[in-house]
Amino acid sequence: MNRPRWQRLVRSRIISSRHIPCAGVSPARAFSMSGRRGLMDTTGFSEDQLTVREAISQICANFPNTYWQERDQQEKDPKEFHAALAKDGWLGIALPESFGGAGLGISEATMMMQTITQSGAGIAGAQAIHANVYATQPLARFGTQEQLETTIPHIINGTWRTCFGVTEPNTGLDTLRLKTLATKTPDGYSVSGQKIWITCAQVASKMILLARTTPLGEVKKPTEGLSMFCIDIDRNHPGLDLRKIKKMGGRAVDANEVFFDNYQIPANTLIGQENQGFKIILHGMNAERCLLAGEALGLGYAALEKASQYARERVVFGRAIGQNQGVAHPLADAYMKLEAAKLATYHAARLYDTNDGSIPIHTVGVACNSAKYLAAEAAFTACERAVLAHGGMGYAMEYDVERYLRECLVPRIAPVSREMILNYVSEKMNFA
Amino acid sequence: MASGLRILVPVKRVIDYAVKPRINKAQTGVETAGVKHSMNPFDALSIEEAVQLRERKGPIKVDDILTLAAGGPKCPDVLRTAMAMGADRAFHIDVPEGAGDGGPEPLTIAKMLRGVVEKENINLVLLGKQAIDSDQGQTGQMLAGLLGWPQATQASKVDVKDESGTVEITHEVDGGVETLRAKLPLVVTTDLRLNEPRYAILPNIMKAKKKPLDKKTLADFGVEDTRRLKTLKVTEPPPRKGGGKVEDVDGLVSKLKELGAL
Repeated sequence: MNRPRWQRLVRSRIISSRHIPCAGVSPARAFSMSGRRGLMDTTGFSEDQLTVREAISQICANFPNTYWQERDQQEKDPKEFHAALAKDGWLGIALPESFGGAGLGISEATMMMQTITQSGAGIAGAQAIHANVYATQPLARFGTQEQLETTIPHIINGTWRTCFGVTEPNTGLDTLRLKTLATKTPDGYSVSGQKIWITCAQVASKMILLARTTPLGEVKKPTEGLSMFCIDIDRNHPGLDLRKIKKMGGRAVDANEVFFDNYQIPANTLIGQENQGFKIILHGMNAERCLLAGEALGLGYAALEKASQYARERVVFGRAIGQNQGVAHPLADAYMKLEAAKLATYHAARLYDTNDGSIPIHTVGVACNSAKYLAAEAAFTACERAVLAHGGMGYAMEYDVERYLRECLVPRIAPVSREMILNYVSEKMNFA
Repeated sequence: MASGLRILVPVKRVIDYAVKPRINKAQTGVETAGVKHSMNPFDALSIEEAVQLRERKGPIKVDDILTLAAGGPKCPDVLRTAMAMGADRAFHIDVPEGAGDGGPEPLTIAKMLRGVVEKENINLVLLGKQAIDSDQGQTGQMLAGLLGWPQATQASKVDVKDESGTVEITHEVDGGVETLRAKLPLVVTTDLRLNEPRYAILPNIMKAKKKPLDKKTLADFGVEDTRRLKTLKVTEPPPRKGGGKVEDVDGLVSKLKELGAL
């Protein structure tokens, strides 16, 4: 698994030359996967983005589709994948250089997430690491020197994994009404309440937690009264209970209900100022939209690549099925949608990275939300059509597209629904 | 050896090993536009070996790993990769690219490398045994000849034995391995089983951006890009014809006789 692919390939090629006889498997297939130019046009990406893409694809090449099929079926955490990315420093892509990160922007991190899902790792691969990339952003920005020194290096080198604890059962998108309470005690805080859809909580040692420190009735503005914490997930500690949620896709990574019942946390876990947690968390949300958009795009391109390969190779009625416009046109349409969504996504990421305050924050917000919306829809179209192009085989696990289809619902639903994005854009654009 | 190892590792930017090259329309070479390129895999072995020589902390310290590539404006890509793997600095020798040609001839490159070796006080040159585009496999040997240095080709192991600069090199020969001993300064060409080139890790990719990359020309080393060979035509190999089936061994023998193979 670790031997570089090229050594295996070059060896065979130097012995037998590039032109392997065409009987049976075509030579393009023997060499292809990452080698063949992908469907996505890469014109206009920066040197950094292309470097990231190249380096991440090399790592992902060691984790083929069969690895992810198995993890999905057995619901086993892809810890080797997380470890491989951590070992080479990738979890620190958007964290400050002074703590061992690379100090790159969301444009590059989005490319990393896209490359991961596109490799066949899908949303499972992305979710195995992505909280470490984005949930650490507010920490890096608002944490004290001491908090950063004690946590960030451990997250980058992979010894600690982190999860993001915001969503609650009764306040999914209505974040300001969240009910989990952190009550002040002599030593810190006592947390009580419930979180849901907390990805990777089973394997994480840290949680970036948003909890109420002042009851909603007592605050001047509804945006006040929430606080952000970076806490230990200590399963041996009283007052903490985790329950796995069985789900449709991305089964390799766990999603959980988390119950706090007077769970004690020290005072130094507070990030930034007390009661200012909502402002802090907003900082990470636009970045998260971009990453999710990238993840959706990667999945869409992966599905479309599978479909295009199948359409070229599958022969029915004496010709490849792709020769039929009924098969080719839906794929062409899906491709255009992906390319358009790609432009929207990297445009949003660029706005986020280059905003020195001259771009109104709502312009960035609309761009990031639009990107997430468009990319998720384009990915869904691509995944669904990839399954249909495969016919019966599209329903078989072996061909991977059914896994992609199950997973592509995630970016349509999370971290914010399509309807909420439409509401937001309607409001900001004065349609409502 | 008074000083430490000063290693030169020339690299070439070639069509990626995984891409199936296509002949261009004019039949003068292979199509390079819009085709994925990467570092010649044998050169990646050489970079890896240079970096490992430093990490092994052998009897002679590695003072400098200089990498270079001769070619068009995209060459810095592979040089940054080489520096991300661990090379200290790089030269980009700017050579305009003709459509589909394989770049300057081996003797031109060897002469240029001699110039670099002399100017930069190099005492060990590690080169890939061949580039996978033109597959000529001559540059290392020519360079050793021009410099009057010992050479060890197609190394599968490089071992610096002592402070006086004795180096043992193992290479694979028919039916076994051969071990050679030579003294620095030395030219070594590298083969597949020497090592497994590392992936560039993110912090090193970032560091590589700050490492010096100097632009030079062939003229800086007193060399001109003269060509002695002219490519007349490049064509696809003829498609293989399908095989036939024989019933049994006797059928096979008579078929071979019929074809004049026996």
